[in-house]
Amino acid sequence: MSWEPVIGLEIHVQLKTRTKMFCRCENVWGEEPNTRTCPICLAHPGTLPVPNRTAIEWAVKLGLALGCQIAARSLFHRKNYFYPDLPKGYQISQYDVPVASRGRFVVPGPDGDREIGIVRAHLEEDAAKTVHVGGAAGRIHGAEASLVDFNRGGTPLVEIVAEPDVRSGEEARRFLQLLRQTVVELGISDAEMEKGSLRCDANVSVRRAGEEGYRTKTELKNMNSFKFVADGITAEVERQIGIYEAGGEVVQQTLHFDPQKGTIAPLRSKEEAHDYRYFPEPDLVAIEPPEELVERARAEVGELPGTRIRRLEAEVDFDLAYGLVTSGRDGLYARVPGEDRRAVANVLMNQLAATGVDPAAVAGDELGKLIDARETIPRQAFLDALAASADDGFSAERYLAETTVSDASELDPVIDGILAANPGQVEAYRGGKEGLLGFFVGQVMKETQGKADPRAVNERLREKLSA
Amino acid sequence: MAPQTSEADRTVIDTLRLTAEEAAGLLGRGEVSGDELVGAYLAAIEARDPELHAYLHVEGERGNGVPIAHKDVITTKGIPTTAGSKILAGYTPVFDSTVAARCKAAGLPILGKTNLDEFAMGSSTENSAYGPTRNPWDPERVPGGSSGGSAAAVAGGLAPWALGTDTGGSVKQPASLCGVVGLRPTYGTVSRYGIVAFASSLDQVGPLTKTVRDNAGLYALIAGKDPCDSTTVELPAPVVIPEGTDLTGVRIGVAREMNEAEGIDPGVGERVNEAIRLAEELGADVEETSLPRSVDYGLACYYLVAPAEASSNLARYDGVRYGHRAEIDGDLTALYSRTRWEGFGAEPKRRILLGTYALSAGYYDAYYGQAQKVRTVIAQEHAAAFERFDVLVSPTSPTVAFRIGEKAENPLAMYLSDVLTIPSNMAGLPGLSIPCGLSEGLPVGLQLIGPQFSENTLFRVGHALEQAIGFDYVPERLT
Amino acid sequence: MAITREDVLHVAALARLEIPEDEVDTVRDQLGAILEAVGKVSELDLSEVEPMTHPLDLVNEWAEDEPRPSLPRDEALANAPDPFEGQFRVPAVGG
Repeated sequence: MSWEPVIGLEIHVQLKTRTKMFCRCENVWGEEPNTRTCPICLAHPGTLPVPNRTAIEWAVKLGLALGCQIAARSLFHRKNYFYPDLPKGYQISQYDVPVASRGRFVVPGPDGDREIGIVRAHLEEDAAKTVHVGGAAGRIHGAEASLVDFNRGGTPLVEIVAEPDVRSGEEARRFLQLLRQTVVELGISDAEMEKGSLRCDANVSVRRAGEEGYRTKTELKNMNSFKFVADGITAEVERQIGIYEAGGEVVQQTLHFDPQKGTIAPLRSKEEAHDYRYFPEPDLVAIEPPEELVERARAEVGELPGTRIRRLEAEVDFDLAYGLVTSGRDGLYARVPGEDRRAVANVLMNQLAATGVDPAAVAGDELGKLIDARETIPRQAFLDALAASADDGFSAERYLAETTVSDASELDPVIDGILAANPGQVEAYRGGKEGLLGFFVGQVMKETQGKADPRAVNERLREKLSA
Repeated sequence: MAPQTSEADRTVIDTLRLTAEEAAGLLGRGEVSGDELVGAYLAAIEARDPELHAYLHVEGERGNGVPIAHKDVITTKGIPTTAGSKILAGYTPVFDSTVAARCKAAGLPILGKTNLDEFAMGSSTENSAYGPTRNPWDPERVPGGSSGGSAAAVAGGLAPWALGTDTGGSVKQPASLCGVVGLRPTYGTVSRYGIVAFASSLDQVGPLTKTVRDNAGLYALIAGKDPCDSTTVELPAPVVIPEGTDLTGVRIGVAREMNEAEGIDPGVGERVNEAIRLAEELGADVEETSLPRSVDYGLACYYLVAPAEASSNLARYDGVRYGHRAEIDGDLTALYSRTRWEGFGAEPKRRILLGTYALSAGYYDAYYGQAQKVRTVIAQEHAAAFERFDVLVSPTSPTVAFRIGEKAENPLAMYLSDVLTIPSNMAGLPGLSIPCGLSEGLPVGLQLIGPQFSENTLFRVGHALEQAIGFDYVPERLT
Repeated sequence: MAITREDVLHVAALARLEIPEDEVDTVRDQLGAILEAVGKVSELDLSEVEPMTHPLDLVNEWAEDEPRPSLPRDEALANAPDPFEGQFRVPAVGG
């Protein structure tokens, strides 16, 4: 009997509001430590939080994009625990009445849609950043120490808790990529996993196919890329199956995935059992989102990425459609005319992507002309044109005017020179190693700086080599 | 009483008698300078504070307004703010509380920071980590608390007026014990921004003054919405400085439980009854009423809600960003636990433990959750009473000032000092304590409670009674 | 509901208060007495009553998302017991 993975994801999205969640310090990344703090986010005695209106609106917007109900009345709670990155000794979060709850998020896959339930999406404040320093910097000589930077402390987060509906590491990756694309399109977060503005923890368990209920789960933390999320979950699923098949039991614990080694290890934890003593935050009043706020947010949620993937899949194929949408290139794709939609998609996902140009700045018509003509202009001219395609006033014309060298009178001297310079290869080809043709083509292309017409070169080479 | 003029035609400033209103008049007419006024209070502090210990820090700012003293939970930029705790020894704020900023903007120089029970937790000012304050009427006795320093400073002529804070009665009760006027405002009318937090849903800043008119004046200065405090509101009507003594048509309720409670000194009861009779003579309609559950359950409710919030509010004192840090080789948890054990006194520790317990898994519903429901009951009971009455009256404190050390070893006995001030506080209602005479040579306080935003009514009734009673607020032994 | 030594130690650990061994029993006795007194609230049947989280019924108090100046770093660190290179130093945390 086969095993079924059961995966529940918890995602933190850092909002890119201009200011922090409960004070008006700038919400910026990469500044000198402790230069974006104030008495409020340093929790000086007597200071009080004042919520960021934009953060609340964005949480509502995200909740709507996740198909959630927006609470008519929601509360902030205090989550009490001690840690140096938590200056008040409590985090202001939401508890039993979050801003958004009971939603669903559709994740298209090659074999059809998967619907992932959303338990809740709530607002909270981020912790500060601690860095470990060695003994030399310790207060007491030789002692280990940590340094705390409160710049990030108090920046707004939306925590999204999904139902345990995900069934594989690959599906988790897709869910996360689509969610990322959604928040990027909503304009509420940079959602960069490497920078920590998108974070994902996974609760993982497995069960026999058809089994009711859930077995013991483990919590996987610190997976800071889409690939690590997929690899980490896959590795943990295999580990758990291995344990059960060997007759063992999975132990509930928090685990850390090491992407270099591909291994999983428990996080060291000396914490006593958590007891967060949640209670309603007496320094804040209830949020009752006005109808006009909710309706404005609803109007600002466009067509979701998952829906667009399904629409594009009919024109190209799933992988290309998925790639276009999750890389944010499907907008450009729609603007580029051309009969051969797969060719357009391929160029966007490969050659154009390699240039690193901003798809939003590319003129679709001009790019369409280039793609149509890509077989007839020199390869290098095509690539140069792509690299310049986001420039102001870009026109395809100059590049289209460049012609390929196909005339035998121009090619022959080049081909003759190359054959003369490589007598060994010529002999080997003539001895039957016809695979060497590619080598000669490459040499000619190099000599002509990519301007030679590959078909003409092939033809002339064959003629000359068999002569 | 008007200040006396000496033969040399120089104004003698009698700080024991001078009201803030009179002081403002002297300044306004140019009869004294701001420096002379501050100088007079600094001289009084030098003379009497070694005995009273009303101040933790004397700043002696110069300025042209009526000087003021702030309870040491009121954050003052550049001026030490300790909350009466060792854990904040050496802490110098980098910002001003909203009330301090408003006083500053009005030109009120700061005389200093007054003593208090540590983190405003207590009813005698004996819980200060820096030693107790003594009652100007009898230095062997407590001034009440937790705003005992502010009350003693005003009563002892060491400040014309002062700010305190009131969570369970910490302005009203010391005002009562020191023979001054104290207002606990409607919750939400005075900003808590920069007030070292004890229990957020109860804490309010309130004025301590010699007269009701001074009190109204200072309240007008500090009250109103503050964008830094989400729980504040704009006053529905401007503050009216009271005049006159006519109480015709004012409906006064005398809640049985508040006036016949066990533990009310006979002398206290008599003074309060005399005041009630005076109110009738001034035209008020007086009737008996009842607040059975508010009085019965108020204290228990308070000692769950306040410690629970305090346990969370006091979590920030961890020795990382400011304040005391223990000298210890050890891990972070050990450092936290030692720092906090060393830095907090017995009462904050007791309340942190109690509050943590009341919020912890398995106990929340029985304790904190239930207490928040009791608050609803208390609020409803008061709301019903205020359908029939404009004001409810009772003693502020069941007793006059008690001896230093008398209740220090028995937390529960100490907690009973606030049994009459707590119920209306739980409902967020305003209360004014005015002196209504002496018992055993010590001041007795009359508590006037009104519905939300009824401060103007309280001032009007308080002023009328103040005039009728004619209480002399200068302690006899200091004259 | 009597409070035990273990309860006291558990709560003290949660609250990060290191009670010296010889004071644990005193603390337990005091807490026990107070808890007995405040336990009075459970005499009332309030299953139909809403808890009061705020004395005033305010909603939607918030501020516009417009930055204001932060503290200069030296002021942020002015009260720190152990500042180090512009940061707040503490004994090592976590792993």
